[in-house]
Amino acid sequence: MDKTLVSLAYLLSASLFIFGLKGLSHPRTAVRGNMLGALGMLIAVLVTLMDRRILDYSTIIAGLVIGAAVGTFLALRVQMTAMPQLVAIFNGLGGGASALVAGSALYEAGDPDALFAAASAISGLIGAVTFFGSGVAFAKLQGLLKERPIRYSGEQKVKALFFGAALLFAYLLSSSPESTYLYWLILIVSAVLGVLLTIAIGGADMPVVIALLNSYSGLAASATGFVLENTALIISGSLVGASGIILTNLMCKAMNRSLLNVLFGGFGEVSSAGEEDVYAGKVKATSPEEVALLLEGARRVVIVPGYGMAVAQAQYAVRDLYNLLESRGVEVEFGIHPVAGRMPGHMNVLLAEVDIPYEKMKELEEINPTFEQTDVVIVIGANDVVNPVAQKDPKSPIAGMPVLEVWKAKTVVVVKRSLSPGFAGIPNPLFAMDNTLMLFADAKKAVQEIVSALKGS
Amino acid sequence: MEEFILYFTIFVLSMFVGFEVITKVPPTLHTPLMSGSNAISGITIVGALISAGSHHTTLTTVLGFIALVFATINVVGGFLVTHRMLEMFRRKD
Repeated sequence: MDKTLVSLAYLLSASLFIFGLKGLSHPRTAVRGNMLGALGMLIAVLVTLMDRRILDYSTIIAGLVIGAAVGTFLALRVQMTAMPQLVAIFNGLGGGASALVAGSALYEAGDPDALFAAASAISGLIGAVTFFGSGVAFAKLQGLLKERPIRYSGEQKVKALFFGAALLFAYLLSSSPESTYLYWLILIVSAVLGVLLTIAIGGADMPVVIALLNSYSGLAASATGFVLENTALIISGSLVGASGIILTNLMCKAMNRSLLNVLFGGFGEVSSAGEEDVYAGKVKATSPEEVALLLEGARRVVIVPGYGMAVAQAQYAVRDLYNLLESRGVEVEFGIHPVAGRMPGHMNVLLAEVDIPYEKMKELEEINPTFEQTDVVIVIGANDVVNPVAQKDPKSPIAGMPVLEVWKAKTVVVVKRSLSPGFAGIPNPLFAMDNTLMLFADAKKAVQEIVSALKGS
Repeated sequence: MEEFILYFTIFVLSMFVGFEVITKVPPTLHTPLMSGSNAISGITIVGALISAGSHHTTLTTVLGFIALVFATINVVGGFLVTHRMLEMFRRKD
């Protein structure tokens, strides 16, 4: 196929990607947007298949069939609660593919110049970090590895050492591009770096890391675009890179922490100091029946879901509660903190799964002013994101983090297994407030019991 | 070098486009945004196709094949799962 035509087809693909992402600005147009993106990808693939350099299709067909089968299986089988894991896998595979393509291109090029080799090196570096970092993120989210951050003395120096080594090999490769073995050295040290970077991250910081790896997978594709001199890769990769950077930034802001602090800071060490002072004699336990009574007199209820709702698979029970209350004329809304769950938008997907209309899912800035007019807030499996300490104690590890001001409501019901601290490792004075009732139970069971108590009355 | 600058210009400009477009995505759709944009980063599939099919050496063919499998999982799985999620958001319209 003519080179100009191919380039134009790639431009069309890239444009469709942009239109596709634009479609995501509203749930109504989002499905069509995603299809436009898929169409763009199809065009890019078809045009590439007509490339004259392709001599034999058997390897290609095998690769496409295996990949499509695995991809389809994963996409159709995954539970909505496991979405963070799946996105981690996809991020990793994208980054890994980019690194391998760049490596292969390095061998195919007869006489690579310095820029070509440098671009391959960068693609290899980012790609390998993404692949192995995502692998660790997956293992942590899936529970194969402990979610607690793994920390040791001299940690930052070790990481700096590996990063320095990767840069050194990249420099050497660009100064002598024919020494292709250097490419493998880059992959190896970057792989270790990817693992080191992610094992140091605790569970609740995963939204930041997944967003960051998302960005890396895009940047790796972009770097491979420089290697292949392919504008479709450069444009698409940088779009994804930008998307990941925006999300990373939003997640950091939602925790009032810098990216450097999330990646390298000593956060997430579990220490439950001062628990007795906060809780002693002040915590009131309640029962599902009592909560049902409260709800009967309520006109406005806000439900605040957290990762605990996902773990307990409580979203279906929450839907039943929502439907029951709405049918009785109670106004119900959901207050969703940006870092609730294990990836950006995690809670929203779970609620959408059980048919909660998206108009009912309110962001932090939207819901906070409404708590004063709210009769009952039900916090389900959330802790740090409803901790008033963030606003009161400037020395607290979560100081300045925007939180849901649930305590301003008339009554707060916290559904939680125990008083154990959240990810920040600090006690939550909310649990001991006068207007707070603790319902100690598994989230799913507790909400189901509230529903049946409400129905019985 | 001139070519590199040209590509770099494209890279920087599309970053800006990305920032403009993505800032308008509401937080409710951030998970589908991640999976959908991730599928787009699977565009590296076009490079994998050429590596896997051009039979330059055994090494490049193997690298291309693995990359092709990875990228295809990424692309097919990514768009499909995004579709699945977005359908759930649309249902109650």
